[in-house]
Amino acid sequence: MTIVRSLLSVALVSLATSAVAQERIVAIGGSLTEIVYALGQEERLIARDSTSLFPAQALDLPDVGYMRALSPEGVLSVDPDLILTLEGAGPPEAVAVIKSASVPVVTVPESFDREGVLAKIDAVGQALGIEEEAAELAADVDADLRAAEDAAASIDERARVLFILSMEGGRVLASGTGTAANGMIELAGGQNAITDYAGYKQLTDEAIVTASPDVILLMNRGGESEPTSTDLSSQQALSVTPAAQNGRVVLVEGNYVLGFGPRTGAAARELADELYGNTVTD
Amino acid sequence: MALVQNLPTTRFGRMRAAGDRSALGRLVIATLALVLVFVSLFSLTTGASDASVADLIRASFSEDAVISARDRVIIYEIRLPRIVLGILIGAALAVSGAVMQGLFRNPLADPGLVGVSAGAGLGAISIIVLGGTALGPVVALFGIYALPLAAFCGGLATTLLLYKVATRRGQTSVATMLLAGIALGALAGAFSGVLVYMANDNQLRDLTFWGLGSLAGATWAKIAAAGPIIVLALLAAPFLAKGLNALALGEAAANHLGVPVQRLKNTAIVAVAAAVGASVAVSGGIGFIGIVVPHLLRLSIGPDHRYLLPASALLGASLLLLADAVSRTIVAPAELPIGIVTAAVGAPFFLWILLRRRGVLDL
Repeated sequence: MTIVRSLLSVALVSLATSAVAQERIVAIGGSLTEIVYALGQEERLIARDSTSLFPAQALDLPDVGYMRALSPEGVLSVDPDLILTLEGAGPPEAVAVIKSASVPVVTVPESFDREGVLAKIDAVGQALGIEEEAAELAADVDADLRAAEDAAASIDERARVLFILSMEGGRVLASGTGTAANGMIELAGGQNAITDYAGYKQLTDEAIVTASPDVILLMNRGGESEPTSTDLSSQQALSVTPAAQNGRVVLVEGNYVLGFGPRTGAAARELADELYGNTVTD
Repeated sequence: MALVQNLPTTRFGRMRAAGDRSALGRLVIATLALVLVFVSLFSLTTGASDASVADLIRASFSEDAVISARDRVIIYEIRLPRIVLGILIGAALAVSGAVMQGLFRNPLADPGLVGVSAGAGLGAISIIVLGGTALGPVVALFGIYALPLAAFCGGLATTLLLYKVATRRGQTSVATMLLAGIALGALAGAFSGVLVYMANDNQLRDLTFWGLGSLAGATWAKIAAAGPIIVLALLAAPFLAKGLNALALGEAAANHLGVPVQRLKNTAIVAVAAAVGASVAVSGGIGFIGIVVPHLLRLSIGPDHRYLLPASALLGASLLLLADAVSRTIVAPAELPIGIVTAAVGAPFFLWILLRRRGVLDL
């Protein structure tokens, strides 16, 4: 009988808490998972998507698949009571079915600027019912972002930055406008050297030369395929840019720099240091 | 096979001609029908979640048992429509493959030959890439059904164009159709390439996943849209069987046997274009079923289309359902695109059959 009674009380307690806050949350979108961890709410997370790679503990959670190719039964199988999705999660049919199972789905908008990051933190805070903690986190991130902004304010000429997503086989895939990379370059007070197109596209050699970047950011995806300065110097067009000549090539961590989550403030500050020297922000 | 040939065929008690495998055909069809029922039940009870069909049945007959709203949705809105769609599409792809191989008298013919796949792909890519800009009004009007609709229209338009190119003085040349199909495919590929180039990162990922195919988007609304088209096309198939059998002797011979060859071609092309167009539209590109299933069956029951077509429908449906069950569960709670499963399982199995039956088979 005592077992029954204690089970009953456990059930009552969990019933009471579920009335105020969801305790079985699935985070879909790497930055959302990061925010949940940064808010110290990780014990409420029960699953993540395959883009949620940070912090490392998140990897222990079940993976419900790629955020743009979700399986409705897969997501429901972990028995969630709240699903946080980043804008663009889908396919739309899958999201519609999940909603029809009366599981609340909160869609968090994404834009690659200061307001975007702060709005994300705010939205997650609201969904989790911890607005105050979220406001504190947002203030911290904002302070870093403003520090990066100030670093650039005192500079007359903004550094021209070329972001290279990959240079497989000597083909340079570089960021144009409208990307997370473009947003990060602007947050750090630089200017994107490529503004002729939107998205990540292959850049012709001559355009690389005429873009004449002061700094080159190379994305490090981890593993064997990490680009090296040898790759860079063997690429004729890149090797004649001011960035390569002055050795200003920075290897950046993909989900740190492009994630637009709680670490974005720090990432922008570090990048500003790289661009203008750390005398300004310290 | 050797056993059949060694039987004394001179006995008058045996009325059937040597090589007549119609009894075997009937047996195989009956077996495959049973297999399909079994596979469907298996699919319904398998999934990433622990939603139980037994509980659902118990809950609908007894007051005491209850089933959660979540499990009800999983079974009625996720698994059941997927199974129905899987049966329809598996049958459509396999029958279309068999019909195309018969029509083109070419073992490599595949449902994509009538240009449907390339055109459907172009339609789908257009919506994915231009849905937010140039084709915005279409998306606003049809919502999430804009993509399947565009894929279907693209497939149909390509087939019609191909048919026009290949038809002269009321005669359709299958050889011209084959070659023009390759040219049109390349052209559609070029247009698709332009759109892929214009696409942003997210669109590129959507494109990749669409190309790998999936039954994950199965909803009753999609079945209501694609189902009738596929069923109509499948119902036309039995009427093609005798004509396709005669066509195996060549077009002239079929004509002399009284087969209305041109009408046969028209019906076959329209049926295949409709069935494959509707399938590709709702599930993306699912390869291999159209090639493997008819060949597997020809090896066992022979080339007689009267048995080959229904058997293809049943086996195609079962295979696609099994592939889908794998795709739903192997990386659960995530999902593997079904095109990967059909090719990864189908191709080695097909090779194995070819190696084993090398002596018998003469393509």
